[in-house]
Amino acid sequence: MVKNKKQPAVIKDLESIRAMIRRHKRNDLIFAAVGMFVIASLTITLLVLFLDLILDGYPRFTLDFFTNYPSRKPEIAGILSAWVGSSLVLLVTFFVAVPLGIAAGVYLEEYAKKNWTSDIIEINVSNLAGVPSIIYGLLALGLFVYAFGLGQSILSAGLTLALLMLPIVIVSTREAIRAIPIHIREAAYAVGATKWQVVYDHVIQYSYGGILTGVIIGMARAIGETAPIITIGALTFIAFLPPTPVTVDPPFLNFEWLSSGFTVLPIQMFNWISRPQHAFHINAAATGAIIIILTALMNGAAIKLRYNIRKKIKW
Amino acid sequence: MVMHKNKHNETIKAEAKNLNFFYADGTQALKGVTLPIYENKITALIGPSGCGKSTFLRSFNRMHDLYPGNKYEGEIILYPDNTNILSKKVDPIEVRMRISMVFQKPNPFPKSIFENVAYGLRVRGESNKRVLDDKVEEALKGASLWNEVKDRLEDLAFNLSGGQQQRLCIARALATDPEIMLFDEPTSALDPIATMNIEELMSELKKKLSILIVTHNMQQAARISDYTAYMYLGELVEHDDTNKIFTNPSKKETEDYITGKFG
Repeated sequence: MVKNKKQPAVIKDLESIRAMIRRHKRNDLIFAAVGMFVIASLTITLLVLFLDLILDGYPRFTLDFFTNYPSRKPEIAGILSAWVGSSLVLLVTFFVAVPLGIAAGVYLEEYAKKNWTSDIIEINVSNLAGVPSIIYGLLALGLFVYAFGLGQSILSAGLTLALLMLPIVIVSTREAIRAIPIHIREAAYAVGATKWQVVYDHVIQYSYGGILTGVIIGMARAIGETAPIITIGALTFIAFLPPTPVTVDPPFLNFEWLSSGFTVLPIQMFNWISRPQHAFHINAAATGAIIIILTALMNGAAIKLRYNIRKKIKW
Repeated sequence: MVMHKNKHNETIKAEAKNLNFFYADGTQALKGVTLPIYENKITALIGPSGCGKSTFLRSFNRMHDLYPGNKYEGEIILYPDNTNILSKKVDPIEVRMRISMVFQKPNPFPKSIFENVAYGLRVRGESNKRVLDDKVEEALKGASLWNEVKDRLEDLAFNLSGGQQQRLCIARALATDPEIMLFDEPTSALDPIATMNIEELMSELKKKLSILIVTHNMQQAARISDYTAYMYLGELVEHDDTNKIFTNPSKKETEDYITGKFG
């Protein structure tokens, strides 16, 4: 009898618990809906822009477009000097920003004492990532082009973009290093490793996935940068290629290209947009689509790499 | 050479003398601990959480030096050379070359089984493939893991089971011929069978070296150790033969702890 009396109370409780769960779950639904809407509108905007560029530039996706120099006649103008220029500038950027950025990140994480100075450096590095790129251009114009006398060269441009990319590499290096669990470090120290042995044999080895991701994302940013390159005075019309970096004769390497004049993809695009003839705008659209495809490919590679490495190293 | 011995004619391998330890925030984790470690014996440290037993253990390979602001007072003398391993003049790396450690959670490197065991030797500059092969095999046999892994030395260490990973860590600590091995609750993350394997292994290892082990498991201390030290709030309460501690402790606090009235 007592049990029968209590039973309805239990059932009523269950009902109210179920109602409460339903209420709470409604919040999940609302958040998911808002999130979907935001992501969808962003993705669709980008896709529409991209499709628009492709449709506009479609007639110019030919081999000639990649192998021709710019020209006064839009239908035979191409991006040969621009993509070669972009590649060489990025080559310089890569070889400057990657070693410096990794070294700085490792130093800040592993060697620097945590004090007033390291705090200042920390704030500065984060700030650098947010400085408008035109400021880097002005700095580079004063420093690289005039003070160091490097001129309006591939080297100057590469160094400028390296400055821009440096904070990204530093920050991603530090984050990757911080993800290494403390017990792995202690294990290495416990067998008698020095700090450098721990850094070289473990810290860098286990964080290279994260570092590489940062490097690729930094390069993807650098490839589209226009303002700082214009500031240091890249040429807008170039009908020649820099000397080739690799030669058939010993010593097989040639560094004259570093001091050569150049143009890059976004500048070529900018130049064509500013022309009055519509035919040039088609060229600009085609160039824009190519830049977006390159950026997307690089970001895609970064994501794939991160995924592969996360699968391999699980703490 | 003067040998330091006790009443049973056992040699003292190391001795903490009036050891105080302060963490960077000023907390005193060890208060005047004096404790001998006997050669070819297992000394177990027991006590409730936060009593300082892990802090004490980690002083033996200067692990605390990795974090700025930590401070030791007192001495840990390593015999027969009478080196005070806590002295500022002694490089912590030198100490870790002589005293190795096995951690609570198995912590193999994300490298191959072979490279995990060989790492201590590589750090010491050994690069001869033959020597490395021999030493790795010897250490894996010493850690009774050889038969399970001999055909897959190039596999990633993470693919081993928890118990195997811990034995791999023991092999890594063993490969460098340490004088003392420190175990910081080595079986607390393992199942009973893996625990039994490791306990048997330790009894085997003590023939070659001296062992200091921190354990939360009193049965484990009773099963494997020759000496037991009971710590409470950073102080050493009692230290004696394991038999004596578990059958007839001389301090009331020790008895309360081992009988489960406290802790």
